[in-house]
Amino acid sequence: MIEISDLYKYYGDYRAVGPLTVTIERGQVVGLLGLNGAGKTTTLRILACDLLPTSGQVRIDGTDVVDDPERIRAKVGYLPETPPLYGEMTVREYLRFVAQLRGVSTKEVTKRVSEILGLTELEGVGDTIISTLSHGFRQRVGIAQSIVHRPALVVLDEPISGLDPVQIVEMRRLIRSLSGEHTVLISSHILSEISETCDRILVIRDGQIAASGTEAELSAQLHGGLSIELTVGRPEGVDLAALSARLRAVTHVERVEPLPPRESGNNVTTLRLTMAEDVRQAVVSCVTNLGCSLLELARAQRELENVFLQLSEARTVPSETASPNTSNTEATS
Amino acid sequence: MSRVLLLTHRELRAAFRSPVGSVVVAAMLLIEGILFYWAALSQKLLSAEVLEQFFYHSSGVTMVAAVALSMRLLAEERQTGTLVLLNTSPISSHEVVLGKFLAASAIVAGATLLSLYMPALIFVNGKVSLGHIAVGAFGLVLLGAATTAIGLFASTLAKSQVVAALLGAAITVGMILMWILAKSTEPPLNEFFGAIALHHENFRPFMNGTLNLGAATYYVAVTYFFLLAATKTLEARRWR
Repeated sequence: MIEISDLYKYYGDYRAVGPLTVTIERGQVVGLLGLNGAGKTTTLRILACDLLPTSGQVRIDGTDVVDDPERIRAKVGYLPETPPLYGEMTVREYLRFVAQLRGVSTKEVTKRVSEILGLTELEGVGDTIISTLSHGFRQRVGIAQSIVHRPALVVLDEPISGLDPVQIVEMRRLIRSLSGEHTVLISSHILSEISETCDRILVIRDGQIAASGTEAELSAQLHGGLSIELTVGRPEGVDLAALSARLRAVTHVERVEPLPPRESGNNVTTLRLTMAEDVRQAVVSCVTNLGCSLLELARAQRELENVFLQLSEARTVPSETASPNTSNTEATS
Repeated sequence: MSRVLLLTHRELRAAFRSPVGSVVVAAMLLIEGILFYWAALSQKLLSAEVLEQFFYHSSGVTMVAAVALSMRLLAEERQTGTLVLLNTSPISSHEVVLGKFLAASAIVAGATLLSLYMPALIFVNGKVSLGHIAVGAFGLVLLGAATTAIGLFASTLAKSQVVAALLGAAITVGMILMWILAKSTEPPLNEFFGAIALHHENFRPFMNGTLNLGAATYYVAVTYFFLLAATKTLEARRWR
């Protein structure tokens, strides 16, 4: 679906992206994760035919973005960080305009706009003037405009930024619903959006792919295993040291660290276990054999955050000190 | 609907949903009305002279209105971030320029047509030919189109609407003032400057009711030149 090979983008002497080589399969939701200035927006703008690459090749469905931008533009839907909305139009008028602009026939446009209003749960505000909408709705209209012409590739730049928790959950559901019919590429520097929405994560650092894979694969790449958090209620006579020692004795458990208890109450203990392989069942058996009550077992909450920080930090300092060409502010995002 | 007309339709709706379109048209009619009363009705003149005065003053108001309407065409899109929607859609730069030009020109032409009730008032106490009115109005539409194209070109260059307006006004005034250069230079330069002056020699035939093909061609050429310049500028900035 998307083949990027040896892509470079320079702003003057500043290298914003490159060398970047990656392939993305059809129907996947792929997250581009990186710190500010890592080159996410520049990469997405090149894919949306908004920016010309300095060198390298970007092909979408076999078509090169430089050779035939008109054809690419018809099959890509792009939502920039600030949704490009005409405030004086109603949501329905705006979506009709965008659909026709991107080649949806006049006959089909009414039906298609109704479908999109339904899919993005915007029916209630279809006849509302866009300038009066809240941030969450505006963001949703932004997504609606990016898919109204049934593009093969949907490119969303920070679609969840600035949303409240309820809107974030809805937006994640909406983005997930796009997979299959569309290939979706979303960028973010917020870990939870990426880990819960995407099939695959590309960690971008200093304009290059620092790591690629699912959350578990990235974690395994760094830690060499799985990390879980375990909260148990200890019976009288089983102290923390004994519990830790018994857990450490379970095959493939490499490390046991105490954490502040997740729940209040006497004898409640929370531990983080790092395992070379997934031996959660053995861990549960060990805990119950000791007479402990299992209160909670979950994948370590901070795991992906650690992965992200470790992958991103490696060369953060040099990239920050190499100041970008400030004449083009878009280059820094 | 073609993409050009789609864009024209959106621009027209945007101009009249915001105060911009209505305010410019209302201001244009008000100022032309005041000037018509002051210059034409408050002194004794022949009917044809009244009409000439009307077209003379209207031409100035039309140029100001055209710059005011065209300054926002692309600068506003750049300011609000909506230009990216056009840049990433399968629409060519010349379609964008043409769509926006048609919308702004239609408003200027519409306001010109609305202002024609003033020359019609001459029939109450005098007599002028309908041909004179038609030719004068045609001249105003051509002048309006040329100035709109200049303003649109300025709008493709500037990031802010104020800068676009100043730049558009500067180019327009510069082109009007060519007649001063024409006066102060020797042949053949004086003829050249006279021929490219936006108003003086090129608009006078329309004021007098003469349909001058050379003058009409001049305005079409100016319009084409600045629309082409706007297209090339947009293209160069769109995909870099």
